[in-house]
Amino acid sequence: MYNEPLADASLLACPDCDLVQRLPDIEPGASAHCPRCNFELWRRRDHLRHRTLPLTLAAVVLYLVANTTPMLGIAAVGREASTTVLGGAEQLWRDGREIVAGLVLATAVLAPALQIGFMLAIVLGARSERPPSWVGTLLRHHPTARTWSMIEVMMLGVLVALIKIAELATVIPGPALFALGALVFLLAGIQAGFDPRVVWDRVEWAEAATRRAGAPAQMAGEMP
Amino acid sequence: MSAAAVTAMQHGLHSCEDCGLLSRPGSGEQEGRCPRCAAHLEFRKPASLQRTWAFLIAAAVCYVPANVLPVMETTSAQGSESDTILQGVVLLWSPTGWPLSLIVLFASIMIPSAKILTLAYLLITVRRGSIQNNAQRGRLYRTVELIGRWSMVDVFVDAFTVALVQLQPLMSVAPGPGLFFFAAVVVLTMLAVESFDPRLIWDPSSAQEALHV
Repeated sequence: MYNEPLADASLLACPDCDLVQRLPDIEPGASAHCPRCNFELWRRRDHLRHRTLPLTLAAVVLYLVANTTPMLGIAAVGREASTTVLGGAEQLWRDGREIVAGLVLATAVLAPALQIGFMLAIVLGARSERPPSWVGTLLRHHPTARTWSMIEVMMLGVLVALIKIAELATVIPGPALFALGALVFLLAGIQAGFDPRVVWDRVEWAEAATRRAGAPAQMAGEMP
Repeated sequence: MSAAAVTAMQHGLHSCEDCGLLSRPGSGEQEGRCPRCAAHLEFRKPASLQRTWAFLIAAAVCYVPANVLPVMETTSAQGSESDTILQGVVLLWSPTGWPLSLIVLFASIMIPSAKILTLAYLLITVRRGSIQNNAQRGRLYRTVELIGRWSMVDVFVDAFTVALVQLQPLMSVAPGPGLFFFAAVVVLTMLAVESFDPRLIWDPSSAQEALHV
């Protein structure tokens, strides 16, 4: 059963302390804080159309470069070896650490792909006046993808590995390393300029979409 | 009570954690569904304290082998050698490498232990119904949420060292048994953070405020 929305749409509860309050109308760039616990309820940003789409497209390109080109190579006493981002998970798998390999794959490859892919779909979907409800579904799951997407942490890890290995062998940085470095800043920029509230305010509600889809067959009431 | 209600729960309203919409569940219902984003809704995260404790205790148990067992095993012409996380930090310490050494020390040793202690502190104060330092405790929770991911750094260091240093028979590096436990600590503490409901920190104060308004 869907809940019943309130008549006054400007009311909300603080996610940190649950205090019910009215969200003030603020200028772009300004932020609204909870009067009781000081949690930032909203930072208004209006970059969605102008900035987020080109940045996200650039992130797609960098992501593809980062995952298809060599990241690091080493040379020592006439021998050479190199690795890609995927290689980090692959060798762990071969050495019998399948679970850790899966975690590296999930946080370094899969979650970033979801994070960027979701963002691209959200921005494209939100171009219409009334974004369809699947935009809301993606928007809802985007924070989870972001939590587990750890490109910036991986970058630091690679840097540390690189310095460790540099004592033993010559390290040759590959194109993927630079692509990842740029991607870290790009993702931070996208995140800083993206205001989910702008999309939430216009998206088609799940309830309405269900009603529309199920109206002829009277399915709406049976949704779990 | 409802006349002086201050929180969504006291008003009998669900606040959606995903899209922020405030909505009213069917009368007498504890659970519902957000009409805007279809998220499953409850007044508080279900069994938040129990779930958080479970993840936290599991993380604390894994913390011991994570630090005692080697995370990397190096085989070279000089024989083989295995390093724990702390030994990795010491090895990195050099006139040029010490800033990175400090970062790894911070990310791999201080953050996981601080995270476990902080969450335990939050869980205990919530259980005791504390009404003190609410804002600070809320900030503490958000900080733990924010910096927790950085403890993954050692997993990546080891993953890429292992992937790269495959110069058999000259030298090769393999992951050690500690790596699994270390990764488990990171994931379990992240799940613990996700299970905790920060609104519980304010609930005892909200109950008092509602009575005194």
